[in-house]
Amino acid sequence: MTITTAPPSGAPASDRPSPAPSDALDAKALLGLLEQMLLIRRFEERCAQSYQQAKIGGFCHLYIGQEAVAVGSIAAVRPEDPIITAYRDHGHALARGMDPRHCMAEMFGKITGCAKGKGGSMHMFDKPHHMYGGHAIVGGQCPLGVGLAFGIQYNKEDKVCLCYFGDGALNQGAVHEAMNLAAIWKLPILFVVENNLYSMGTHIARGTSMADNLAAKAGAYGMRYAECDGMGVLKVYDCFKTEADRTRAGEGPCFINVETYRFKGHSMSDPQKYRTKEEVEEFEEQDCIQRLRRRILNRKMATEDQIQAIDDKCKKLAIEAVKFADESPAIGVDELYTDVYSQPFGPYKLGQPAEGFRE
Amino acid sequence: MTRKIQFREALNEAMCEEMERDQRVFLMGEEVAYYNGAYKVSQGMLERFGPQRVVDTPISETGFAGLGVGAAMYGLRPIIEFMSWSFCLVAADQIINNAPKMLYMSGGQFKVPIVFRGNNGAGGQLGSTHSWAVESMFSCVPGLKMAIPATPRDAKGLLKSSIRDDDPVFFLESERMLGLGSRGDTDFSRYLSGRWAPPTVEEDADFLIPFGQAEIKKEGKDCTVVALGRTVHFALEAAEQLEQEGIDVEVVDPRTIRPLDIETILRSVRKTNYCVIVDECWPFASIASEIAAQVYEGAMDDLDNKVIRVNNDDVPAPYARHLEQEMLPHARKIVEAVRAATYNS
Repeated sequence: MTITTAPPSGAPASDRPSPAPSDALDAKALLGLLEQMLLIRRFEERCAQSYQQAKIGGFCHLYIGQEAVAVGSIAAVRPEDPIITAYRDHGHALARGMDPRHCMAEMFGKITGCAKGKGGSMHMFDKPHHMYGGHAIVGGQCPLGVGLAFGIQYNKEDKVCLCYFGDGALNQGAVHEAMNLAAIWKLPILFVVENNLYSMGTHIARGTSMADNLAAKAGAYGMRYAECDGMGVLKVYDCFKTEADRTRAGEGPCFINVETYRFKGHSMSDPQKYRTKEEVEEFEEQDCIQRLRRRILNRKMATEDQIQAIDDKCKKLAIEAVKFADESPAIGVDELYTDVYSQPFGPYKLGQPAEGFRE
Repeated sequence: MTRKIQFREALNEAMCEEMERDQRVFLMGEEVAYYNGAYKVSQGMLERFGPQRVVDTPISETGFAGLGVGAAMYGLRPIIEFMSWSFCLVAADQIINNAPKMLYMSGGQFKVPIVFRGNNGAGGQLGSTHSWAVESMFSCVPGLKMAIPATPRDAKGLLKSSIRDDDPVFFLESERMLGLGSRGDTDFSRYLSGRWAPPTVEEDADFLIPFGQAEIKKEGKDCTVVALGRTVHFALEAAEQLEQEGIDVEVVDPRTIRPLDIETILRSVRKTNYCVIVDECWPFASIASEIAAQVYEGAMDDLDNKVIRVNNDDVPAPYARHLEQEMLPHARKIVEAVRAATYNS
């Protein structure tokens, strides 16, 4: 089932230019998108396995099913545009270019992790790739995203901030305060709702007013609204390309409702009693990877063998990431007191950036 | 030194000098710009620096406190003004989850050079929701620094240091102190003679007071009184009374809680052998409790009596003037505590 996607009644949706921006993507570009989505899928499968083997602790939220959102949106902006997201963050980190080995090692609590093993699954930070973190308090990253956009405007830079959050965050005050500030100051930010229909086990219609018309929420802040099919990476790409360009051109923030679905549970410990198998299967037929694969094959941009080779490569990278994480040294107890302060005192010590993250 | 300035002027000078020095510094908060500051701390700053750097916000603490944290991660150096620290509570996730933990959670990648500042403690008959003293609630959070200045000199020197610091600083002022120095009194307390006003920018543009350095506001030999912020003045008032009784009090002002200069406190206790600790928060797990614990750990053998704490009474701040006065720490409570601590009661 899907929620009704009534035509937005708030701010007008962007006019889709014709031809669509994705029409300009050649075979190499499309295969690149496919590879990124496959890498995330295979990586997450290894995460699940490692979690079950108790090599990963804490909470772990998989991105399987939603790959097109991070991949399509990040491909549509520039590498130096800052991004910030919530706790389901492995996909964004990988789409942004984080080495999968560093991403996996972080979850294994190893010194080679992107944050030396101090952040874990929900806190993926990658400064060289302008990834300002996964953030674990629902909606709490949205004011931070507005701060990044404020920084862009303050420095008079030609950038756009991508600020992701789930549909569950729609009812957090922080999100609404963030949207109001972005609107009154016309900050260069895209508020991206990864609308997978469920905040943990609560369907959006049970917890969110106007769930079938999120445009009204954007309209309440006088903000541009756009929506796209989050199961289609090119749909996401087109939407973000258009809206990012408009925001970059000074048209202010935009609220983008990306309709997506997670194929796995909310976290690794989710019996999923709140939805039916049939519903999951219905969305699995819309799998973003299969859709792009079919398109590439239909257009004869690659052969089945070539696509299989890409998948094999991604599987290998995921296995290598696990191997690397397994073999990396655990973070030492001597790191307990580092990175607490930039200008430390008393028992605290100044840390060094983790391996691979030195500026 | 003939220079006399009010506490609020010292804060203003500190911000203006640092904004002149560093283009990345900006001030944001409710009524800081067009209104010239709800308490006139930012008087004239909009005119001087323009609306890009002196930014009025809507009443939206979670929004603008979080914005400040994000901007700091991006490389700016925000000063976020809370009209009152009582209002920061709605922004707790931003100020205690995001600001102080970002460096650690990111494995050292993202520092957060931000100053949160505003009025702390009872303002005067504002009732309990507006009379929070937040130091004991927040000082337990690793990753933040905290300053509680008692004089215009300390306010300026510590605020300039805070703005230049690469870590998040919680800077606690007091509405009741902003006008100190405006009433023609020479130094508010004779004990502060010469240590009231900071140097001018012409005399010293880099006048900084480092964090983690206590100051002995009044030397004495009979009893150590540790006090912070506004309570330093109550302690000095008590010291004047006790002097007439022949009790020579030493008033030690830690000035910053994180880091805390416990060594200076211990040195004083080892000299006087008695200790009273005053702060403006509630007694359970207060700053005074923590300092008392550290005094016992570090100077147990030098104490000739138990340490006595002077706090707010353990009740919500009341509205009625006389009740509020009774509830807060004040000179009479300190006098009685010192008498008791030194076996003079």
